[in-house]
Amino acid sequence: MSETLLEGTAKGGRLRLAAAGAWIAKNARSLETQIDAATQGRGTINEVRIDMARVERLDTFGAWLLERLVRAFSARGCATKVEGLKADYRSLVDDVHVVKLEEPPVRRANQLANALASIGHSMVSVGGSFGAFVNLLGALSVVIIRTVAQPRRLRFTSLVHQLDNVGWRGVPIILLITFLVGCIIAQQGIFHFSKFGADIYVVDMVGILVLRELGVLIVCIMVAGRSGSAYTAELGSMKMREEIDALQTMGFDPIEVLILPRILALIVGVPILTFLGSMAALYGGGLVCWLYGGIEPAIFIERLKEAISLDHFEVGMIKAPFMALVIGVVACVEGMNVKGSAESLGLQTTASVVESIFLVIVLDGLFAIFFASIGM
Amino acid sequence: MAKARGNGKEIVIAVRDLVVGFDDHIVLDHVDLDVYRGEILGFVGGSGAGKTVLMRAIIGLLPRREGTIRVFGVDLTRASDAERHAIEQRWGVLFQQGALFSSLTVRENLQFPIREYLELSQRLLDELAVAKLEMVGLDASVLEKFPAELSGGMTKRVALARALALDPEIVFLDEPTSGLDPVGAGDFDELIATLQRTLGLTVFMVTHDLDSLHTVCDRIAVLADHKVIATGTMDTMLASEHPWLKAYFRGKRSRVGHPAEKTART
Repeated sequence: MSETLLEGTAKGGRLRLAAAGAWIAKNARSLETQIDAATQGRGTINEVRIDMARVERLDTFGAWLLERLVRAFSARGCATKVEGLKADYRSLVDDVHVVKLEEPPVRRANQLANALASIGHSMVSVGGSFGAFVNLLGALSVVIIRTVAQPRRLRFTSLVHQLDNVGWRGVPIILLITFLVGCIIAQQGIFHFSKFGADIYVVDMVGILVLRELGVLIVCIMVAGRSGSAYTAELGSMKMREEIDALQTMGFDPIEVLILPRILALIVGVPILTFLGSMAALYGGGLVCWLYGGIEPAIFIERLKEAISLDHFEVGMIKAPFMALVIGVVACVEGMNVKGSAESLGLQTTASVVESIFLVIVLDGLFAIFFASIGM
Repeated sequence: MAKARGNGKEIVIAVRDLVVGFDDHIVLDHVDLDVYRGEILGFVGGSGAGKTVLMRAIIGLLPRREGTIRVFGVDLTRASDAERHAIEQRWGVLFQQGALFSSLTVRENLQFPIREYLELSQRLLDELAVAKLEMVGLDASVLEKFPAELSGGMTKRVALARALALDPEIVFLDEPTSGLDPVGAGDFDELIATLQRTLGLTVFMVTHDLDSLHTVCDRIAVLADHKVIATGTMDTMLASEHPWLKAYFRGKRSRVGHPAEKTART
């Protein structure tokens, strides 16, 4: 403890507290302990005099602690008097004197009820997001029908701008990642297949896997992380700054102006990216087969022609626009759910990416069942 | 600490030959300005004249090109990090939009600076949050609200309470009354004047509000043509023949033409 800021001398039922030094924020911590110590014990006291004459400086912190001291003694029924306060500080002390500490009582429910309540809340919010998803899908359909009827309503500039962001600017990173994934599965395939002399079947595996599943999945996961999150953040911050409200009051439909171009851009962009990604993965696979597995490019291509049919390619490509739709709708729903705070923006962006990746994988599973049952 | 003195009053902020610009655009061209201890300085100028730029340059948010800025006698342009830090604890800033942390409640917003610099008990922190709120004319009922749930006037008040959290000696106010209705703005002016008296603050107030200038400001500094063209009391401003000052203080919206309104506010 540093200097003595408060010293008490008791005489009979009378207590005299002498304050000194700087009663300021910097000393608030030691002052608080000294004040609490002064109010404890002390037996029966009926009169307290607090001498503030030797206090050099006083700020709100000191004034409040003085007030706390006075209140503590007053609550015990002592006649409390503050003396020698400098005139400059009078108004400050008077100011804190009227502070009412009545805070709304904090209700502490029990732990189990809290846990159950939080499960309930999350179920409701899952239901809520599903509802919002379906709702936006419906609203989007209406807008699409309206746009088909009047093609001039389509925001073409916005669509091109979004396509540039989502598609064109995403090409390098998507090519790189799918290329690497192609390389890795080819390497793994060769490593394990060569144990029983089936090296050449690596080509079948890479071809089918990439065209049917991996190409579209990797691209969708990348797009969800890259563009879905961007959509959520854009729409969310527009929501926070009341830009969406502004659009609405000017008679624009935010779905038509903001959401439709974004989702259309995804629906157009993702299949293109899927095609490019699949090609890059096949290229990567072929390269590894040649360099690591010793399968000549000519043989690789020959084998690929036998192994895959147009069906495999179609399966991959058909899935792409649906997945794009899911990513776009989830991203926009989450964006529109952003509340006023920066934290909520972060939460919704995370939710957007997690949900869209989850839904993309679920959708992929459903497609697998569907295509298997129609024999593709 | 060296204390410069002018007119017998201590200078707490001394700006000398300050040049601030963006790219090839000079906003402040060799600006000089003094702020004395315990005064409320109203800083005016046309929109885009660079009032906020000067304020941000003083508090270190914008780099300067030339000149010196001394606060409490410490040259901020040469101060070490520790010195700067010490000065930063002695000033509070009210940003134009409040700049409350949107993911923290009002209580947490108010306690944030205190918690950072002083190790106080939770009880004292909670009590202080209420005390500060009451000083700015709010009460404990807003403690658990998030900034997004506050009205414009409440946001300004909470932001002021946060600016005052550490009991600073200087407060910078960036257009404190913008966006408030005249009654709310009047109350806010009153509040600033009261707090200034009780806490002995030095207030640097960037404003457009002629009423604020009339009622609370001790001195006015005018920024125009990239320079501080005049400083002085309201009477000096009104007496000036400078065309810009005439247009600003004696224009259609000034109260000189309508003296009756001057007493309208209580």
